[in-house]
Amino acid sequence: MKVCARYFALYRERVGGNTESFDLPAAAAVGDLVAAIMRRHPNFCPDPSRVVVAVNRVYVDHAHALKDGDEAALIPPVSGGA
Amino acid sequence: MRIKITRDPLIAEPVIKSLVIKEHGAVTTFMGTVRLHNEGRTVDYLDYEAYPEMAEEQMRAIAEEVKKMPQVEDVSIVHRIGKLHVGETSLIVAVASKHRREGFNACLHAVERIKELVPIWKKEVWAEGAEWVRSKGA
Repeated sequence: MKVCARYFALYRERVGGNTESFDLPAAAAVGDLVAAIMRRHPNFCPDPSRVVVAVNRVYVDHAHALKDGDEAALIPPVSGGA
Repeated sequence: MRIKITRDPLIAEPVIKSLVIKEHGAVTTFMGTVRLHNEGRTVDYLDYEAYPEMAEEQMRAIAEEVKKMPQVEDVSIVHRIGKLHVGETSLIVAVASKHRREGFNACLHAVERIKELVPIWKKEVWAEGAEWVRSKGA
Protein backbone atom coordinates (compact mmCIF):
# COMPACT_ATOMS: atom_id res chain seq x y z
CA MET A 1 0.00 0.00 0.00
CA LYS A 2 1.02 3.60 -0.54
CA VAL A 3 1.21 6.15 2.27
CA CYS A 4 2.01 9.84 1.86
CA ALA A 5 4.38 11.25 4.49
CA ARG A 6 4.20 15.01 5.12
CA TYR A 7 7.07 16.83 6.79
CA PHE A 8 6.99 20.15 8.59
CA ALA A 9 9.48 22.62 10.07
CA LEU A 10 12.58 20.87 11.46
CA TYR A 11 11.69 17.52 9.85
CA ARG A 12 11.02 19.18 6.46
CA GLU A 13 14.49 20.70 6.55
CA ARG A 14 16.15 17.42 7.60
CA VAL A 15 14.59 15.33 4.82
CA GLY A 16 14.78 18.16 2.27
CA GLY A 17 11.15 18.08 1.10
CA ASN A 18 7.48 18.53 2.00
CA THR A 19 6.09 15.13 1.05
CA GLU A 20 7.27 11.64 0.14
CA SER A 21 5.51 8.47 -0.88
CA PHE A 22 6.23 5.16 0.89
CA ASP A 23 5.29 1.71 -0.33
CA LEU A 24 4.61 -0.37 2.79
CA PRO A 25 3.42 -3.95 3.45
CA ALA A 26 -0.34 -4.35 3.90
CA ALA A 27 -0.25 -4.73 7.69
CA ALA A 28 2.12 -1.82 8.34
CA ALA A 29 1.67 0.42 11.37
CA VAL A 30 2.84 3.97 12.00
CA GLY A 31 6.02 2.62 13.65
CA ASP A 32 6.88 0.81 10.40
CA LEU A 33 6.53 4.05 8.46
CA VAL A 34 8.84 5.84 10.93
CA ALA A 35 11.37 3.00 10.50
CA ALA A 36 11.13 3.34 6.70
CA ILE A 37 11.73 7.09 6.98
CA MET A 38 14.79 6.43 9.17
CA ARG A 39 16.19 4.03 6.54
CA ARG A 40 15.76 6.66 3.85
CA HIS A 41 16.91 9.58 6.03
CA PRO A 42 19.20 8.34 8.85
CA ASN A 43 19.42 11.85 10.37
CA PHE A 44 15.63 12.32 10.45
CA CYS A 45 15.35 12.03 14.23
CA PRO A 46 17.75 10.93 17.02
CA ASP A 47 14.91 9.18 18.91
CA PRO A 48 12.44 7.78 16.33
CA SER A 49 10.38 5.93 18.99
CA ARG A 50 9.19 9.34 20.24
CA VAL A 51 8.28 10.93 16.91
CA VAL A 52 4.72 12.33 16.99
CA VAL A 53 2.56 11.31 14.03
CA ALA A 54 -0.88 12.41 12.86
CA VAL A 55 -2.72 10.20 10.37
CA ASN A 56 -5.35 12.00 8.32
CA ARG A 57 -5.01 14.96 10.70
CA VAL A 58 -5.56 13.00 13.94
CA TYR A 59 -2.78 12.26 16.48
CA VAL A 60 -2.15 8.50 16.71
CA ASP A 61 0.38 6.22 18.44
CA HIS A 62 2.97 4.08 16.67
CA ALA A 63 0.79 0.94 16.88
CA HIS A 64 -1.91 2.59 14.76
CA ALA A 65 -2.56 0.52 11.60
CA LEU A 66 -2.10 2.37 8.31
CA LYS A 67 -4.39 2.09 5.29
CA ASP A 68 -3.70 2.59 1.60
CA GLY A 69 -3.86 6.29 0.74
CA ASP A 70 -3.34 7.55 4.31
CA GLU A 71 -1.66 10.90 4.86
CA ALA A 72 0.82 10.61 7.74
CA ALA A 73 2.21 13.89 9.05
CA LEU A 74 5.47 13.85 11.01
CA ILE A 75 4.99 16.44 13.73
CA PRO A 76 8.10 17.99 15.33
CA PRO A 77 7.67 19.51 18.83
CA VAL A 78 5.08 22.25 18.34
CA SER A 79 5.73 25.89 19.28
CA GLY A 80 2.67 27.89 18.29
CA GLY A 81 1.18 30.66 20.35
CA ALA A 82 3.47 33.41 21.55
CA MET B 1 -16.82 31.38 17.16
CA ARG B 2 -14.09 32.36 14.73
CA ILE B 3 -11.23 29.93 14.04
CA LYS B 4 -8.63 31.03 11.52
CA ILE B 5 -5.01 30.82 10.45
CA THR B 6 -3.89 33.80 8.43
CA ARG B 7 -0.81 35.49 7.00
CA ASP B 8 -2.35 38.93 7.56
CA PRO B 9 -1.61 41.14 10.59
CA LEU B 10 -3.93 40.41 13.52
CA ILE B 11 -6.34 43.00 14.90
CA ALA B 12 -8.14 42.31 18.17
CA GLU B 13 -11.38 44.21 17.60
CA PRO B 14 -12.86 42.02 14.82
CA VAL B 15 -11.96 38.88 16.80
CA ILE B 16 -13.78 40.25 19.87
CA LYS B 17 -16.73 41.26 17.68
CA SER B 18 -16.90 37.70 16.30
CA LEU B 19 -17.99 36.35 19.70
CA VAL B 20 -21.66 35.42 19.89
CA ILE B 21 -23.19 37.56 22.61
CA LYS B 22 -25.94 36.14 24.74
CA GLU B 23 -25.77 37.33 28.30
CA HIS B 24 -22.06 37.48 29.10
CA GLY B 25 -20.59 40.14 31.32
CA ALA B 26 -16.93 39.63 30.39
CA VAL B 27 -14.74 39.36 27.31
CA THR B 28 -11.24 38.11 28.13
CA THR B 29 -8.59 38.39 25.42
CA PHE B 30 -5.02 37.16 25.13
CA MET B 31 -2.61 38.49 22.54
CA GLY B 32 0.68 36.68 22.03
CA THR B 33 3.39 38.95 20.64
CA VAL B 34 6.95 38.51 19.39
CA ARG B 35 9.52 39.18 22.14
CA LEU B 36 12.72 41.12 21.52
CA HIS B 37 14.81 38.81 23.71
CA ASN B 38 14.60 35.04 24.01
CA GLU B 39 17.11 32.93 25.95
CA GLY B 40 19.69 35.69 25.85
CA ARG B 41 19.44 36.31 22.12
CA THR B 42 18.15 39.41 20.37
CA VAL B 43 15.42 38.26 18.03
CA ASP B 44 15.34 39.63 14.50
CA TYR B 45 12.08 37.93 13.47
CA LEU B 46 10.08 34.71 13.87
CA ASP B 47 8.96 32.57 10.96
CA TYR B 48 5.76 30.61 11.76
CA GLU B 49 4.81 27.53 9.78
CA ALA B 50 1.59 25.50 10.12
CA TYR B 51 0.03 22.26 9.03
CA PRO B 52 -2.93 24.45 8.18
CA GLU B 53 -5.76 21.93 7.77
CA MET B 54 -4.94 20.08 10.97
CA ALA B 55 -4.07 23.23 12.91
CA GLU B 56 -7.50 24.72 12.25
CA GLU B 57 -9.19 21.46 13.24
CA GLN B 58 -7.20 21.38 16.50
CA MET B 59 -7.99 25.04 17.21
CA ARG B 60 -11.69 24.33 16.66
CA ALA B 61 -11.57 21.30 18.98
CA ILE B 62 -9.86 23.41 21.67
CA ALA B 63 -12.48 26.15 21.29
CA GLU B 64 -15.26 23.55 21.64
CA GLU B 65 -13.53 22.13 24.73
CA VAL B 66 -13.21 25.59 26.30
CA LYS B 67 -16.85 26.41 25.50
CA LYS B 68 -17.81 23.53 27.80
CA MET B 69 -16.03 25.16 30.77
CA PRO B 70 -18.24 26.78 33.45
CA GLN B 71 -19.96 30.01 32.37
CA VAL B 72 -18.12 30.21 29.05
CA GLU B 73 -20.35 31.29 26.19
CA ASP B 74 -18.12 31.63 23.13
CA VAL B 75 -14.47 31.36 22.08
CA SER B 76 -12.52 32.66 19.06
CA ILE B 77 -8.94 31.75 18.18
CA VAL B 78 -6.89 33.36 15.39
CA HIS B 79 -3.25 32.52 14.69
CA ARG B 80 -0.94 34.32 12.30
CA ILE B 81 1.79 32.50 10.36
CA GLY B 82 4.66 33.65 8.14
CA LYS B 83 7.32 36.20 9.04
CA LEU B 84 6.58 38.22 12.20
CA HIS B 85 8.76 40.98 13.60
CA VAL B 86 9.28 42.00 17.23
CA GLY B 87 6.09 43.41 18.76
CA GLU B 88 3.75 41.90 16.17
CA THR B 89 0.84 39.71 17.29
CA SER B 90 0.98 35.97 16.55
CA LEU B 91 -2.10 34.80 18.44
CA ILE B 92 -5.41 36.20 19.66
CA VAL B 93 -7.73 34.23 21.93
CA ALA B 94 -11.02 35.84 22.95
CA VAL B 95 -13.46 34.33 25.45
CA ALA B 96 -16.96 35.54 26.29
CA SER B 97 -18.14 34.45 29.72
CA LYS B 98 -20.68 35.44 32.31
CA HIS B 99 -18.04 36.57 34.84
CA ARG B 100 -14.38 37.60 34.84
CA ARG B 101 -12.80 34.76 36.83
CA GLU B 102 -14.18 32.03 34.58
CA GLY B 103 -13.14 34.09 31.55
CA PHE B 104 -9.50 34.39 32.67
CA ASN B 105 -9.38 30.66 33.52
CA ALA B 106 -10.85 29.68 30.17
CA CYS B 107 -8.55 32.00 28.21
CA LEU B 108 -5.44 30.63 29.97
CA HIS B 109 -6.60 27.05 29.42
CA ALA B 110 -7.13 27.75 25.70
CA VAL B 111 -3.62 29.21 25.31
CA GLU B 112 -2.02 26.27 27.14
CA ARG B 113 -3.88 23.77 24.94
CA ILE B 114 -2.88 25.67 21.78
CA LYS B 115 0.79 25.50 22.77
CA GLU B 116 0.44 21.79 23.52
CA LEU B 117 -1.61 20.54 20.54
CA VAL B 118 -1.79 22.83 17.52
CA PRO B 119 0.68 21.87 14.75
CA ILE B 120 2.35 25.26 14.35
CA TRP B 121 6.10 25.81 14.56
CA LYS B 122 8.22 28.92 14.88
CA LYS B 123 11.74 29.44 13.71
CA GLU B 124 13.60 32.08 15.65
CA VAL B 125 15.96 34.14 13.52
CA TRP B 126 18.63 36.34 15.07
CA ALA B 127 21.74 38.07 13.72
CA GLU B 128 24.03 35.02 13.92
CA GLY B 129 21.66 32.18 13.07
CA ALA B 130 18.27 30.52 13.26
CA GLU B 131 16.65 27.71 15.25
CA TRP B 132 13.28 25.94 15.45
CA VAL B 133 11.82 26.67 18.89
CA ARG B 134 10.57 23.96 21.21
CA SER B 135 7.82 25.09 23.60
CA LYS B 136 8.50 24.76 27.29
CA GLY B 137 6.45 21.88 28.66
CA ALA B 138 5.29 20.77 25.21
